[in-house]
Amino acid sequence: MAATTQIKQLRIATRNCGFIDPESLDDYIALRGYEALAKVLTMTPAEVVEVIKTSGLRGRGGGGFPTGVKWGIALSNKADQKYMVCNADEGDPGAFMDRAVLEGDPHSVVEAMAIGGYAIGATLGAVYIRAEYPLAIKRLRLAIDDARAMGLLGKNIFGSGFDFDIEIKYGAGAFVCGEETALIRSMEGHRGEPVSKPPFPAQSGYWNKPTIVNNVETFANIPAIILKGADWFSSIGTATSKGTKVFALAGKIVNVGLVEVPMGTPLREVIFDIGGGCPDGKEFKAVQTGGPSGGALAHKDLDVAIDYESLIARKSMMGSGGMVVMDEDDCMVSVAKFFLDFTMDETCGKCTPCRIGSKRLYEILDKITKGHGTHADLARLKSLCEAIKDTALCGLGQTMPNPILSTMDTFAGEYEAHVTQKKCPAHVCTAMLTYTIDAAKCTGCTLCTKVCPVDCITGTKKQPHVIDASKCIKCGACYDKCKFDSVIKL
Amino acid sequence: MQTSTCQMVGECRMPEHAVLPQPLYREVVQFIEALPQKEGHLVTVLHKAQSVFGYLPIEVQQFVADHMEVPLAQVYGVVSFYTFFTMVPKGKHPISICMGTACFVKGADKVVHAFKEQLKIDIGDVTPDGKFSIDTLRCVGGCALAPIVMVGDKVYGNVTPGQVKKILADF
Repeated sequence: MAATTQIKQLRIATRNCGFIDPESLDDYIALRGYEALAKVLTMTPAEVVEVIKTSGLRGRGGGGFPTGVKWGIALSNKADQKYMVCNADEGDPGAFMDRAVLEGDPHSVVEAMAIGGYAIGATLGAVYIRAEYPLAIKRLRLAIDDARAMGLLGKNIFGSGFDFDIEIKYGAGAFVCGEETALIRSMEGHRGEPVSKPPFPAQSGYWNKPTIVNNVETFANIPAIILKGADWFSSIGTATSKGTKVFALAGKIVNVGLVEVPMGTPLREVIFDIGGGCPDGKEFKAVQTGGPSGGALAHKDLDVAIDYESLIARKSMMGSGGMVVMDEDDCMVSVAKFFLDFTMDETCGKCTPCRIGSKRLYEILDKITKGHGTHADLARLKSLCEAIKDTALCGLGQTMPNPILSTMDTFAGEYEAHVTQKKCPAHVCTAMLTYTIDAAKCTGCTLCTKVCPVDCITGTKKQPHVIDASKCIKCGACYDKCKFDSVIKL
Repeated sequence: MQTSTCQMVGECRMPEHAVLPQPLYREVVQFIEALPQKEGHLVTVLHKAQSVFGYLPIEVQQFVADHMEVPLAQVYGVVSFYTFFTMVPKGKHPISICMGTACFVKGADKVVHAFKEQLKIDIGDVTPDGKFSIDTLRCVGGCALAPIVMVGDKVYGNVTPGQVKKILADF
């Protein structure tokens, strides 16, 4: 397994993670650390922007906007002060690549921010990091202090006359703050509510100055691109998506963890060759990419070459790179409901489509999972999704319907079964579920009667037992306990 | 399941008047005075205040508002916006159950249920003796260990409903 995993993977953003002591500046320098910054300081800012443009690097936080183009806009906007901001507010549940980079190789982000600062003409940088990541905060703080002590941050870096310093700003648990305008509001000490664009942050952002917000993983690629060249980077990947992408494999998968693969790697290789497929011999059902903003990819999508465009074409998106794998035991309607519960909770409330729309979508899904759904509900669900997509203010609202739209598309039969037959094919929605005992398999061991919390299972020793459906609370304790698979879900 | 709790209407669990030790107030004042400037640091100061007091009752919010020279409404607006800030005190051992996607598909909802059953309190509540409180949170980034439960700083991975009793016995 280890051998194949290594062949398929290519580590650029996570090149040092696990190989160096993240708390040692010397370790980082030994692996050509801060050499890229030194090289950049001998170039003009426009040349640096050009290298990043040519490399084809696109934002790794979700949207996939070309990083070099973004930098170019900030460079061309004249201002007395500009800011370079690192978005480390990794709020996407099921994604942890930014945490891994900050905990495993914090200097690569510090160095890249200084490079970016030089390229756009910013002397100040800020990292917006979620408070839920205490170890990442500690290591980042240490990295910034060490770099400052060594003269790699601060005044007159490498004697070039370039000044750059970084401050850390803490998030406080708001998913919407991953959206760049909301992030900037939050950094200014306000409620993290997004504002409409334009003006884009690259024109007017933090304290109304030109501001570039890039994701941790995007930054981690920068020093490698500077050292190895734009042509090297653009030789990896697909026509429109260059380089590699880090994915966080989680959920029902054998090899849980981070993988970094070239863009264009087929989904099948990531899930099965690297991830090892679903555990316990269960059948793969779907993989959610892009978190609450993305969609579910199924069997039919396994041979798709992963890049920004191919995922959008399948009603999902790259997102930050979370991949949560689901097997035959997962109900896709419940999964969609889970994501809507999340967005309903995380909507900032500023715009009506998102604030009220998320609640209405959740209510319809809740109704369906409780066995009260109708065909009219499915139609309403779809039209409401389309309306929210078109009218919400920021990315959170605009992408919120994606988990519903993609599952309605790919797993139409499952929605249909919920509303027509009032059945949950995966046996997850308890309202439509009954537990019974298969008399042919039951040995009468009495184990189930002992675990049942409501004493609804009766029967004598060594005789088949019976569940009283009118008393059963569908907790599943008997199902989990039975050694003979005689408890069945209908 | 709705994880956010309205903290200012109906049966409010907030103490009427919180009397808090003066030295703690002084610690917050010193922190504010050490800032390069007040503008833009409200969230930073509230982080500090919560780490000092453990929670942010209205008295603390008023105190922060006065010293940061902003209206109380603005402070309250920020406190109520972010889930990290709490206006009610947590238990001595706050239990945080991760409800991220990976934990969800691995059965975190059953773990939540088991904790609620054992402690006989709801999400967001504190046990009568003040020992435990239950909260759910969105992804601690440890998806390989899903489902994850944190009690204070202690992390439990691959938690099953059956282990809940044993976890509580550790405290």
